[in-house]
Amino acid sequence: MADATLAAAPLSNTREIARAIWAEKAKRARRAALLKHLFLIGCSLIMIYPLLWMVASSLKPNNQIFGDLSLWPSEFRWDNYTSGWNGMSVSFSTFFANSLFVTVLSVIGNVLSCSFAAYAFARLEFTGKNIWFALMMMTLMIPYHVVLIPQYLTFLNLGWVDTYLPLIVPQFLAGDAFFIFLMVQFFRQLPRELDEAAMIDGCSAFKIYWAIIMPLSIPAIATAAIFSFIWTWDDFLGPLVYLNDVKDYTVPLALRMFNSQDSVTQYGQMFAMSVLSILPIFVFFIIFQRLIIRGIAMSGLK
Amino acid sequence: MHKFIRRNIAGYAFLLPWLVGFLLLAIGPILASLYLSFTKYNVINPPRWIGLDNYVFMFTMDDRFRKALSVTFTFVAISVPAKLCFALAVAMVLDKGIRAIGLYRALFYLPSILGGSIAVAILWRQLFNYDGVINALLRTVGIEGPYWLADPNYSLWTLVVLAVWQFGSPMLIFLAGLRAIPQDLYEAAEIDAAGPVRTFFAITVPLLAPVIFFNLVLQMIEAFKSFSGAFIISGGTGAPLDSLLFYTVYLFNEAFSFLRMGYASALAWVLLIIIAAFTAIAFWTSKYWVHYESQRG
Repeated sequence: MADATLAAAPLSNTREIARAIWAEKAKRARRAALLKHLFLIGCSLIMIYPLLWMVASSLKPNNQIFGDLSLWPSEFRWDNYTSGWNGMSVSFSTFFANSLFVTVLSVIGNVLSCSFAAYAFARLEFTGKNIWFALMMMTLMIPYHVVLIPQYLTFLNLGWVDTYLPLIVPQFLAGDAFFIFLMVQFFRQLPRELDEAAMIDGCSAFKIYWAIIMPLSIPAIATAAIFSFIWTWDDFLGPLVYLNDVKDYTVPLALRMFNSQDSVTQYGQMFAMSVLSILPIFVFFIIFQRLIIRGIAMSGLK
Repeated sequence: MHKFIRRNIAGYAFLLPWLVGFLLLAIGPILASLYLSFTKYNVINPPRWIGLDNYVFMFTMDDRFRKALSVTFTFVAISVPAKLCFALAVAMVLDKGIRAIGLYRALFYLPSILGGSIAVAILWRQLFNYDGVINALLRTVGIEGPYWLADPNYSLWTLVVLAVWQFGSPMLIFLAGLRAIPQDLYEAAEIDAAGPVRTFFAITVPLLAPVIFFNLVLQMIEAFKSFSGAFIISGGTGAPLDSLLFYTVYLFNEAFSFLRMGYASALAWVLLIIIAAFTAIAFWTSKYWVHYESQRG
């Protein structure tokens, strides 16, 4: 009996030491996690503060905007939104309608034409495929400014300046190699056997594209569509060059008009319209966050 | 032979929209731009061939061109490394299993997805106003902030901060890269009692090199091309004292404010060559510091 307790003593001792070590480790891990969270929360606040400040300022009276750090307006001026909406010679209803028109058509054009090209690159065999693919990847490097001038002159000759055609037609010609690349990456992961089985059943290449590849690639298509939406919605240089008539303006051009009025005193209204202009993107981000984040990790989209 | 033709018909049919776009919207304009760069052209009169005059003027007499180059290079040299360091640091903190990672990731990415908008450029202009929020914040800690937008010594910093603020996408790419590093390497390092600094340089950096390289090239090209932020914050002109005269802003004004299409085309070609050269240099040096998994055998 006495022997048994003696033999058990060191064992329970080791167990206790192990437990102590484990507790110490857990404590250290908790402290490290806490520090990490503090660091991350601090960073998040700095990152988000400017955006929150913009939202707050859109609700403040004019004389309380500058130098006011607070994120809570002392009085809520909702009329900044209503009077900002009609603050210029043309109402923001027109600007939003214009932006929506250009953006929706651009998204459709981009998704169709880019998925066509991606299907060819990922699934079909044809002469010169590798050379075309390399050339396509090289277009990623070309700054828009280099092709802008000849494109402008061409559209000018076609009489397309002051219409939406220069903003929309190029989107139907798979101008954005990023989207093609994203889709190629995705299409390649789909099992080849699907195509082969369909081919044996007598499906044409188009049928395979439309009935097999596209439905299976909804995540990639959606990612491309979302980015296409955001980039077109935000596009500034294109509309700046091609649209001169205020009633044709898209939202970014209208905002710039707000900004460059020398006598700007209506800061609250300006911020109110700014907030509305990024609202669609914000909503898209909240809804499609996971798709967007996976899309970036997959292809390095900006 | 019959099958060969059929295959090609299908392939090229699907490629057609891209091919038309490539010829008419990329290659065609690039060549046209090369031709225009040897001419004097103001849209109203037909282009007049002047040989190398545009390029000679650019490199020997044009002070604004030199200024635009120096502004752009300074911006690229500061903003790209700062952005990447920040992105990597945050990605490393997020990597090692932490609660609410999804929320942090979303918050850090939000500025990147909104940052390209004109709304944010306008916001930035107001934040850095002399009476703005940044100076108010500095005043709370007893610092009298400068005239950020009016003082040419400080104006570029507003855009650097704007660029670094959008570190979200390189961060996401770093995160994906960090996930791919085998965890047992870190465990081995811990057993060998390697400190965090040693572990970082001996394991993380070499294994992450391809991702770092990818981010570097991508962000560099983006930085050379950046336009709307500088355009809005400088009021479209590169003011004050050309301190925000980004290359693209200068090019835009030459083309569309002064209608010097020939000269602007020459500027465009020089930009293309600069970006191509920097990308080529990055690829060339990458042989010495980037090793891909498959090469190690």
